[in-house]
Amino acid sequence: MPTVDTDTTRKEIREFIVEAFLFGDESEPFEDGDSFMQQGVIDSTGVLELVLFLEENYSIKVDDEEMTPNNLDSLNNLVAFIQKKKQKKQ
Amino acid sequence: MCGIAGYFQLNEPTPPDRELVGRMVAAIRYRGPDELGMYFDNRCVLGQARLSIIDLAGGSQPLGNEDGSIWVTFNGEIYNYVELREDLLKRGHQFRTSSDTEVIVHAYEEFGRDCLEHFNGQFAFAIYDQSKNKLLLARDRLGIRPAFYAQHGGRFYFASEIKSIFCDPSVPRRLDLKGLDETFTWWTSAPPRTLFEGVNELEAGTFVEISDGRIESGRYWQMVFPERFDYDRSVESYAEELRALLIDSVRLRLRADVPVGAYLSGGLDSSVTTALVRHFTQAKLETFSITFEDDAFDESSYQQQMAAHLGTTHHTVACDYQSIAEAFPEVIYHAERPIVRTAPTPLLLLSRLVRQNNFKVVLTGEGSDEILGGYDIFKETLIRAFWSRNPESTWRPLLLKKLYPTLPVSGARARHYLEQFYKTGLDRIGDFHFSHMPRINTTTRIKDFFNDETKNRLIDNDAIASFGRDLPDSFNRWHHLSRAQYLECKSLLAGYLLSSQGDRVSAANSVEGRFPFLDHRIAEFAATIPPLYKIHGLNEKFLLKRAMQPEIPKEILQRVKQPYMAPDSNCFVQSDSPDYVMDMLSESALERTALFNPKAVGLLVKKCRRGAGAHLSFRDNMSFVGILSTQLLVKQFIDDFQIPAPPDRSAFAVWQEGADN
Repeated sequence: MPTVDTDTTRKEIREFIVEAFLFGDESEPFEDGDSFMQQGVIDSTGVLELVLFLEENYSIKVDDEEMTPNNLDSLNNLVAFIQKKKQKKQ
Repeated sequence: MCGIAGYFQLNEPTPPDRELVGRMVAAIRYRGPDELGMYFDNRCVLGQARLSIIDLAGGSQPLGNEDGSIWVTFNGEIYNYVELREDLLKRGHQFRTSSDTEVIVHAYEEFGRDCLEHFNGQFAFAIYDQSKNKLLLARDRLGIRPAFYAQHGGRFYFASEIKSIFCDPSVPRRLDLKGLDETFTWWTSAPPRTLFEGVNELEAGTFVEISDGRIESGRYWQMVFPERFDYDRSVESYAEELRALLIDSVRLRLRADVPVGAYLSGGLDSSVTTALVRHFTQAKLETFSITFEDDAFDESSYQQQMAAHLGTTHHTVACDYQSIAEAFPEVIYHAERPIVRTAPTPLLLLSRLVRQNNFKVVLTGEGSDEILGGYDIFKETLIRAFWSRNPESTWRPLLLKKLYPTLPVSGARARHYLEQFYKTGLDRIGDFHFSHMPRINTTTRIKDFFNDETKNRLIDNDAIASFGRDLPDSFNRWHHLSRAQYLECKSLLAGYLLSSQGDRVSAANSVEGRFPFLDHRIAEFAATIPPLYKIHGLNEKFLLKRAMQPEIPKEILQRVKQPYMAPDSNCFVQSDSPDYVMDMLSESALERTALFNPKAVGLLVKKCRRGAGAHLSFRDNMSFVGILSTQLLVKQFIDDFQIPAPPDRSAFAVWQEGADN
């Protein structure tokens, strides 16, 4: 099983967030470490969309207890989370 | 329900423009298809489209006093007209009719402007006092019946709906961006502001009086809460008083010379009003309900249960995506403002059903949640206020979990996100809108779709503060629940539930809604009920349940409250959705109205169409509905506004020329 290409993943997720949550608005770019909630990028109902995207595109299953800011609330956290999930699967 | 329209000359007298006022009443004729009427002289023209409910033969309008010096055009009901009439008779007034309209005229003669304080009802009216050359425009305490006005070309125009004012083609029709900003913050603009520059909404509980060319406005009623509550008084004693008031309120609201029906949602409030009709009056009862094809919104099992329990003749209208999408433009035409939910649309279909069954009047449970503490926003406020005393507490926010068993983000799922959402502003508990911060934060996201120009023009506008002006002096000393209730009544109740989802969508089908919970005596009494008796723990409307226990089945009393909602963006992105949806949201249409960013809206539409469906956030749904309705509003009222032809002279039951003055 190949390891996760973190750069590609990061790029893909960023594109998804810009399109699905910022509707193409990149006038106030977010950094890889910025909190989505604090920046107002993703709200409590939006997080389900994010999880759906992860599950469909990275063949992982996100458990309820994994839906924490630690795992999901920044680009860096997301990439690390996917990597961890993939490694567990191996 | 009726429609009123007309104008008052601010300066020099001019020959009356009967044709114009004819057009003004024609524009809102659905409000009152039974009769038209007009009074005119060279100072004032009063128009009326009447829905005959009380004194069918004698209540024609406009109606004058004995010597023709005072005239009124009136929309609504004065429920205590029987008692007022007796009182006025004793004071020497002579009545020609048995209508409530005539009571207004004589009460005005007797008390002047203070007559407003004597009326128990839902009303908007204009009184022309010919001998003093004065006009008084007034509106009921809670904003059940609408009234708008504008000054233009030396005239003061007034009407039940804005479209009548636009019947003068020289009145500018321009969108008020600040009104849009307020709508995408509070779900409505803050009166007197509307969505159109220069057109004002008369605020609930206020009046405007014009004499000698001067326009004076004032307030005769305000929702006020006590700084301290009487906890020495027992729960039973509060419950008894509430019960007695409700019975009396329903009794008054059945005063009509036509049959009265009732809406039945399946929830507690309409069950209460319907049960009161059944148990405390002799009226024959027919009930009306909305059902949804989509199970997530449907409450028909509870509706049937209640209808069976009370033995009513029950009627239903089924709503699906297509019927909502098809009726939506009509809703915007009636609402005259953007809406961020489709929920008013099924109410338009419901009032159509009522009308088809030959009813003109329905009782509804509206207002109970606001005055007796039913909404989740009140529980959120209590939890957030409690939490704010120890923001680092990990167990205090767990209360939020109990609040939302019906949301997609329920239970443990995304609990952290829910917490984060409601944690907003915990450090700003002193702000007047503390209770409404979470809702405002979500709604405000619609503005992300504004284009750069719109954003720039609104950069210095403080839409939140719009409902913070003119707060009662003691507001800051009120309980958190009281403050939340006050704001909810001022914003959502008056500006959305009673208008876009109330008066406007029932008047559209010539149906009058009546609201037993919004008798001002109940509103005033409810304000004195201690918060703990309204929301006990997290049990909403605790006192109402206690008061009505004998008449309401246990299943209805104990069911988890389901907020009334209808499917939103899903209605508009089906393969068979009406063509206007994509026309309104096309790049070219968005560029023409120049309010929103076409690229961002395009991505939103794409996302909704992709069938994210159930996973679509509140924010996305609200944005979709808010943008679509704004586009429709601009098209219907600014780009393609149609002025109707004036009705033929023979259509007027009253055609009264005043004496020269």
